[in-house]
Amino acid sequence: MSNVSQEAPITGAAGGRGIIARVAALLIPLAFALFAFADLSSATESKVVPVAAPTDGKTVEIAISNFTFTPNELTIAPGTTVKWVNHDDIPHLVAEKALEFKSQALDTNDSFSFTFTKPGDVEYFCVLHPHMTGKISVKAGGA
Amino acid sequence: MTNKNWKNGGPEMDRRGALECMVWAGTGMLWALSGGIPSSTFIGEVKAAEMAKGAFTFLQISDSHVGFDKPANPNALGTLQEAIAKINAMPVKPSFMIHTGDITHLSTDKQFDDAAQVIGSTGLPVFYVPGEHDVIDEGLGKSYLVRYGKASPGSGWYSFDLNGVHFIGLVNVMNLKAGGLGNLGEEQLTWLENDVKDLSASTPIVIFAHVPLWTVYPEWGWGTEDGARALSLVKRFGSVTVLNGHIHQIMQKVEGNVSFHTARSTAFPQPEPGKAPSPGPMTVPPGDLRKFLGITEVNFIKVNQPLAIIDKTLVDA
Repeated sequence: MSNVSQEAPITGAAGGRGIIARVAALLIPLAFALFAFADLSSATESKVVPVAAPTDGKTVEIAISNFTFTPNELTIAPGTTVKWVNHDDIPHLVAEKALEFKSQALDTNDSFSFTFTKPGDVEYFCVLHPHMTGKISVKAGGA
Repeated sequence: MTNKNWKNGGPEMDRRGALECMVWAGTGMLWALSGGIPSSTFIGEVKAAEMAKGAFTFLQISDSHVGFDKPANPNALGTLQEAIAKINAMPVKPSFMIHTGDITHLSTDKQFDDAAQVIGSTGLPVFYVPGEHDVIDEGLGKSYLVRYGKASPGSGWYSFDLNGVHFIGLVNVMNLKAGGLGNLGEEQLTWLENDVKDLSASTPIVIFAHVPLWTVYPEWGWGTEDGARALSLVKRFGSVTVLNGHIHQIMQKVEGNVSFHTARSTAFPQPEPGKAPSPGPMTVPPGDLRKFLGITEVNFIKVNQPLAIIDKTLVDA
């Protein structure tokens, strides 16, 4: 089990490549291009640029260590992949709180990746140790 | 040795002056219930052997975690084999065994098969309840239920009667909710209510489940969300014994007519509540591991219906 890396299928409620995601995928780079252009032409516009968040296509890691998800709360842009890596000597099983998505049992050093395409808050927990919880906010533009 | 963690029950027992939990030289403890009044005394091996004669005895094993191979115990199957060898060597055979869950570490078929083969070598009937490690297959419990829950309703709970004692196996590791503890659920509680409603209040009750039914340490998830509701359903009985696993150490308390007891693991110890950053496996010096592992023997003496719980480590004779 130690080398299993699970890649979640890009399906299901939280992973669906819906029309919003497709439109966002097209618009977000365009928006950044416009901001970049604005930055060049007028320095005063720069404050409008949102605080940098992981952008489309990135992978962000959440460590599972000492029965805790770190970072415990995370804000990402749509299209970001989150990778949970278990560093404990005990298995954990990551799942959305209504089991919209779930990993297999993750033994030591196993990981589970899931790509979030739909904006919204996702609460997740460990199915084995339900007192372990975490939250991911998926926001367009990473605002 | 590991019984310093009295929660809630401690002060009450001091007041009654009737009960004090005592551990006998790390080997065993006698815990007797007579007429609903709990009492405990030190025991020696000889007395234990005397008591076992003619008594109705069963064994509890727990948390064998077959497949676990991390530093805290590189061979959990091996220590289960040692525990079973001790049972096979007992001069007086128990009537049956209960396994209070975490039979396997990762719910794989091989781990279930290995465990069944070793435990089956006793030739004793074994009554199982699942731990959370037994229900993490793809079907979240299907593998366990196919093996051990076919004849049971819901997620595998059941009851049976032996020697005038009513045994109830509960399942509190399925359908757990984010942010919560162990959970029995409405369907199981309704079943329990019906299961005990026609029993005489003098019937001794033994309830076994994986996660403690009482709140040991919620910060580590050591408790059952609706455990108090289950206990309220058996409040009218004169003698209730609750046997749990999950926390890999002995803890005991008495509340009214209910005595609670958690068993050692046969695989690896876990830290005392709050004494480590997490409840993960505790690595002890290799030579000391077997002092932290063990099995639990429960005796019913027919004369005055006391109940004795004797914990033995893997280094005890």
